[in-house]
Amino acid sequence: MPQTLNYLRETASQTAGPYVHIGLAPGAAGFDIYRQELGHDIAGPNAKGERIRVEGLVIDGTGSPVKDVLLEVWQANAEGIYAHPEGGGDVEEGFRGWGRVITDFETGEWGFDTVKPGPVVPRAKMTSGVRQAVRESHPDWMGRADEAHAPMAPHLNFWIVARGINIGLNTRMYFEDEAEDNAKDPVINLIEWERRRATLIARRSLRDGIPVYRFDIRLQGEDETVFFDI
Amino acid sequence: MKPAEYYQRDRRLHPPALTPDYKTSVARSPRYSLISLQQSVSEVTGPVFGHNDIDPIDNDLIKNYATAGDPIGERIIVHGRVLDEDGRPVPGTLVEVWQANAGGRYRHKKDTYLAPIDPNFGGCGRTITDEHGYYYFRTVKPGAYPWRNWVNSWRPAHIHVSVFGRAFSQRLITQLYFEGDPLIPHCPIVQTIPDPAAIEQLIAKLDLNATVPLDSVAYRFDIVLRGRRSTLFENRLEGN
Ligand SMILES: [Fe+3]
Repeated sequence: MPQTLNYLRETASQTAGPYVHIGLAPGAAGFDIYRQELGHDIAGPNAKGERIRVEGLVIDGTGSPVKDVLLEVWQANAEGIYAHPEGGGDVEEGFRGWGRVITDFETGEWGFDTVKPGPVVPRAKMTSGVRQAVRESHPDWMGRADEAHAPMAPHLNFWIVARGINIGLNTRMYFEDEAEDNAKDPVINLIEWERRRATLIARRSLRDGIPVYRFDIRLQGEDETVFFDI
Repeated sequence: MKPAEYYQRDRRLHPPALTPDYKTSVARSPRYSLISLQQSVSEVTGPVFGHNDIDPIDNDLIKNYATAGDPIGERIIVHGRVLDEDGRPVPGTLVEVWQANAGGRYRHKKDTYLAPIDPNFGGCGRTITDEHGYYYFRTVKPGAYPWRNWVNSWRPAHIHVSVFGRAFSQRLITQLYFEGDPLIPHCPIVQTIPDPAAIEQLIAKLDLNATVPLDSVAYRFDIVLRGRRSTLFENRLEGN
């Protein structure tokens, strides 16, 4: 017998179930317990950049809205920096870049307010002054110089759980009005079927002067949203 | 050595999206394959939480909602470590739990099971792992409850567990079951997991050493998140 590799095995996922709200959004389940629920304020008061709203539905294979979903969003700030030790630099005081929302029990609509993220330079610890030069041809955050790690167009990372979803689904939302960056985005371009790329692009409109991005997520059926194994 | 990507997730030990015996999955399961991403900064980062985000009482489900005495039920402690696949502790990560009360009823406006609501039990808790990746909760053992799947489907006693880790790619929600529960092999949700060893890993073990004598029995539940590569040699990708 050869030597053994003593790796542990990842704990298996299980569905978040119909009562996910109790644990992760108790106010929505109908009771108050915590001093503060997490994930309500994504950008904080000091974030620079454009204030936007993001909305949508999650739609199942029968075409019906799913009314018991919990969505989490993870995003960079307007400078393309994540609020994390490896996120590429410092962010504004109060900017977390993470949010948690649930779908309405009656309509299935979800939505949140945030700031529009900047393009993400895939290299950590970079000051904004050198960003543009580095974006052109610099190695990425892992030291790789490769087109597959070109700067990424502004995007929001989503993670979706619900009853009937056995393991959280990862997807990304891109912005309709960033067509030039989207066309060069390494992740969008990884999707072989051009028609499916459109499932990741949110449609922009204006409401009371605020840009509203519509991002409907289709779990199944025609125009099934692209989900990623990250 | 520099930290690099997280290990590829072994999807064979997780439930697939489509598991017809768990009926709700049928219309909610994507049919196309997932697109595999080489991780970028968007995937190796994730939200950071601190002790300002939560309160010390949040991990005590016996006290965190009670107003007129303790909740009814078997008092238990659930404790363990959050580790990665390399066996390294994951310190400072947020762990959130939710569960039914001792009668199997959730404090949720959509739960109509005839077991009573316990006025002193909320059913949720949260904590942040210490520097060794260690966490603990005190609660009452949840009851089994019926659910609409087949006509006569029952969930084994379970606690839902949510963990963040350090990166969005480590994000995980799972369920903790209890050693010796005869409902486990009959549960269509448990059985969405194809790998018997992966199911065993979701069953918390009775831990007599950690019980509080004359007070609470203890169960041990370790949680394993994805491990992380180190860069030993720089990648030299095709074409460079
Ligand atoms: Fe449950």
